[in-house]
Amino acid sequence: MIDDLHDLASAATARIEAASSLDDLRALEADLLGKKGRLAEVKKQLGGLEPDERRAVGQQVNDVRTTIETAVGAKRAELEGEARRARLEAERLDLTELGPFRGRGHLHLVTQTQERLEDVFVGLGFTVSEGPEVETDWYNFEALNIPPSHPARGMWDTLYVDAGAPQTVLLRTHTSPVQIRVMQRQEPPIYSVMPGRVYRRDTADASHMPVFHQIEGLVVDRGISFADLAGTLEAFTSAYFGGSIHSRLRPSYFPFTEPSAEYDINCVFCEGRGCRTCGQTGWLELGGCGMVHPNVLAAVGLDSETWSGFAFGFGIDRLALMRHGVDDIRELFTNDVRFLSEF
Amino acid sequence: MKVLLSWLREFAPFEGDPVELGEQMSDLGMAVESLDVLGGGLDGIVVARVLALRPHPNADKIQLVDVDTGDGEPLQICCGAFNMAVGDLVPLATLGTVMPGGMAIERRKMRGEWSNGMLCSGRELELGDDHSGILVLPPALADRLGAPFAEAMGIEADVLYDLEINPNRPDAMSVAGVARDLAARMGLPFTPLSPAVPEGGAAIAGRASVTIHDPELCGRFLVRILEGVQVGDSPEWLARRLTLLGMRPINSIVDISNYVMLELGQPNHTYDLDKVPGGELHVRWAREGETIRTLDDTVRTLRSTDGVIADRSDHAIGIAGVMGGASTEISASTRNVLLEMAWWAPMAIAISSAQLGLRSEASMRFERGADPEGLELAAQRFAELVAAGAPTSTLAAGTVVAEGDLPSREAIRVRTERVSALLGHPFTGEDVRRLLEPIGFVFDQAADGVDGEQLVRIPSFRFDTTTETDVIEEVARHHGYSRIGRRMPSGVHAGRLSERQRDRRTIRQVLVGLGLDEAMPMPFLAPGDLDRAGLGEIPPVTIANPLAAEESVLRTSLRAGLLKAIAYNESHRNEGAQLFEIGKVWSGHRIGPDGVPDEREQLCAVLAGVDAHDAVRTLRTLLSALAVPGIGIEQVAVPGLHPTRAGEVVATGGDGPPVRLGAVGEIDPSVLDDFGIAARVACLELDLDALLALPHGERPYAPISRYPSSDTDLAFEVADTVPAADVEATIRHSAGPRLVDLRLFDVYRGPGVAAAHRSLAYRLRFQAPDRTLTDEDVASARAAVIAAVEATHPARLRA
Repeated sequence: MIDDLHDLASAATARIEAASSLDDLRALEADLLGKKGRLAEVKKQLGGLEPDERRAVGQQVNDVRTTIETAVGAKRAELEGEARRARLEAERLDLTELGPFRGRGHLHLVTQTQERLEDVFVGLGFTVSEGPEVETDWYNFEALNIPPSHPARGMWDTLYVDAGAPQTVLLRTHTSPVQIRVMQRQEPPIYSVMPGRVYRRDTADASHMPVFHQIEGLVVDRGISFADLAGTLEAFTSAYFGGSIHSRLRPSYFPFTEPSAEYDINCVFCEGRGCRTCGQTGWLELGGCGMVHPNVLAAVGLDSETWSGFAFGFGIDRLALMRHGVDDIRELFTNDVRFLSEF
Repeated sequence: MKVLLSWLREFAPFEGDPVELGEQMSDLGMAVESLDVLGGGLDGIVVARVLALRPHPNADKIQLVDVDTGDGEPLQICCGAFNMAVGDLVPLATLGTVMPGGMAIERRKMRGEWSNGMLCSGRELELGDDHSGILVLPPALADRLGAPFAEAMGIEADVLYDLEINPNRPDAMSVAGVARDLAARMGLPFTPLSPAVPEGGAAIAGRASVTIHDPELCGRFLVRILEGVQVGDSPEWLARRLTLLGMRPINSIVDISNYVMLELGQPNHTYDLDKVPGGELHVRWAREGETIRTLDDTVRTLRSTDGVIADRSDHAIGIAGVMGGASTEISASTRNVLLEMAWWAPMAIAISSAQLGLRSEASMRFERGADPEGLELAAQRFAELVAAGAPTSTLAAGTVVAEGDLPSREAIRVRTERVSALLGHPFTGEDVRRLLEPIGFVFDQAADGVDGEQLVRIPSFRFDTTTETDVIEEVARHHGYSRIGRRMPSGVHAGRLSERQRDRRTIRQVLVGLGLDEAMPMPFLAPGDLDRAGLGEIPPVTIANPLAAEESVLRTSLRAGLLKAIAYNESHRNEGAQLFEIGKVWSGHRIGPDGVPDEREQLCAVLAGVDAHDAVRTLRTLLSALAVPGIGIEQVAVPGLHPTRAGEVVATGGDGPPVRLGAVGEIDPSVLDDFGIAARVACLELDLDALLALPHGERPYAPISRYPSSDTDLAFEVADTVPAADVEATIRHSAGPRLVDLRLFDVYRGPGVAAAHRSLAYRLRFQAPDRTLTDEDVASARAAVIAAVEATHPARLRA
């Protein structure tokens, strides 16, 4: 009987090894180990044996069962592995075999630049304020210390609209009227920047558009000085352009500030060494700034003995062009998706 | 304003590197726009005499010129100019010379004839703009043949600065003024002119008179008489200075007039005395419609805001401060000159010159405010220069002066503490005084008197300076902006974006994430654009002074501009452009009390090559990103949009009537035709002011149930006239609180469904927060939904 069991075991392992599918293996397992299987038949005969022999044969039956189970287990793992490999192979996908798809869209270059600027100023403790693009003469000029017939009006070529009395309603020529609105809306202290779209009666060329964008800054508080203006612009300069770029202020004239200054930065192309873009000067003119003129504070009812402030402003579009080396401002407004999606 | 270094040096001993001097000028607010070194590059140019002129055998436009450079040997030159005669002295660029423009002179053949150098025009030597012929030199140089040209002509190396002068610097509109400012910065003494002119002949009294009829127009008017003048060409040095500073030499008297203006900043005018009856001048406002022929031989019609100088018979013979008249113009035959030096009210000249469209060198200076105390000096200087050129002339003794309203020049109280506080830098009273005295400010009190303040008298050439702040600016300027320290405002202030700004960024990010590109069309439209877009209902605001008709209308909607952008892209083979814009629109319907039209912020997206459902999905995604509840679509006609594929976006959440927020759908195909767009274009348009005024952004926490959920599917056959949204609303309403999800998973039209109907298949997911739902729970909810949908709509459950 022991010999039978040996034969059974070796025949079984051979058959298991020969199984070609999981189904075969399952049938084989039932045939060998099931309730009506070969081993079960042997087990039934155990009752007729002597106790000693029964113990030995019983032990042998258990050994054979273990051997078969182990062989089935190994074979199952092998077959399952093969099946999984076959299935995965059938699923093979070439990741570069890619059809057209809609990728991300793109923020306009001016928006990207404006948001960067806003983020730097928010980091410096400024809020962001807005105002209308169609304005009255009072907000755009008079409140800014530019009375009617003031020669300085020639600094801005103004587009007027057909509304209200003639030449009283206009497309704002700068973001400065927002300063007036902010000072009317809010008591000092004021720390705010005012980005937005502005209009000039200019023919479009490589560096001019009748519509462009500025960002204006206004601080009004007790004890604000020219040194605060210089320090704030320097902090902005290194935050926005990088630590190697510095600022300088040169005397200038604007009706709404005094003292007034031009705000220059080290040329970002040559870092101040002198190149074609900066005309070998090492500096780029960025915008204007100065201490808020007492007449401007008076226009909104602020006492210039108590409050002082500074203001600054510069173009957004030019910064956008500079960052990406675009040499014609008109590119910004063609709305060609090939251009828009470059950035 | 251009200045020459040599001219500046006549007022102060400037030394050193011209570039560094330029940097000092820039730092004083007189920005150097260009710097040119002159008189360099003349090495190799010599004085030569024309010996013979011969035709070129092979060319008509070149002649052969034999010149002598001192050795008597004729040297053959090919020359393209024909203005010289035998015996003339001319500048010759010898072989090996590198011209100021960089060209190297070599021996070469021109049309078969050798040229051994080049004869030069004024422009080629950078001595002026004249390029009409060879520069013919004064005969006096005949004994200098072969001598270096620069030496023979007395041309010294010089530096020409072009300065940008700000409107608040009337003083810097002159060579002397620039020199004064720069000398103060460099710590050099400034020496004003002190012209000395002997007077002779009959005194002026009784031979000339000035009457100011309108004192607000003219503050001071001074005249002098110069007799026996000879009108001819100016000396070379004077003509050269004028030319370099951008003025054309005309004749000796006019040139001196311009020279004095450039040197002292005092514009002036000369009359031929013999053409001014009785030497009588009257200053008054012009009469409306009065005419005058001006020096440029143009008849100009004046308005009552122009000033004039009139003669005895009240005929205008000059426009005050802007341009003289032709009738009394200096001519070659003029012998006696009536010289006018005046101070005009700056605003009057600004208005007059703007109105006449005449911006002259004179009006630019009067506008900023000339020096009313400088008239005598300027007249003396004028006479001195005339005398230098024409020794026979005489200056009549005495002056005639009339006075009108001059600006009051009260001393300004300057508080030292205020100076320090505004500039953020500690100044003493002594500092203030030390900085300002060299530029002519006069201090009446000892520095830092008892009250820490000083009374400062402003020089008459600083019309701009009238307030303490004006004075503080001068302190800052002369101290140097770069030497004021830098600090940050010390107060604590929180920087942040407003809710609106954050929402706007969210909208942009969502749209960009959905694959849209942000466009930026011009806010201007051509008159027909809105009609073409089907948006003709709202009257637009128009521009009063547009540059072009195509840019004369302000948009009432972003749609027209974006459709143009789609058309542009399609015509450049950029198919399927998906664009959006956030921008302002204006309506002529609503004009505020101050005349300002209603301005609203709009969002518009146009999606080429997709259908209305894409626009609706875009809308839904945006609304979910902004957390705006209660927004629906009413499929009604929207101007410019597709009649059967568009509707209004409305807010139904609030208590009041539904608020219209915009439109969604597709562009009307006939509009697309008008814009030349072939693709289908979906569109979403939202009034952001209205949308973001709604309560939004609230996202309360809803606990997630830990119990299993159960799904049930329902398909209804519904008439096409019933919006799916209505069926959905009924389902939500009737399903009870355990409905946690509802989705339309299939829409079917075809066999098995009645005509003009479709099958809408919904999957409903039920879940309770506190227990596992039983089959009975789901079954009763399902029954309620079926009953409600069938009762509310022409709909029936499909088997």
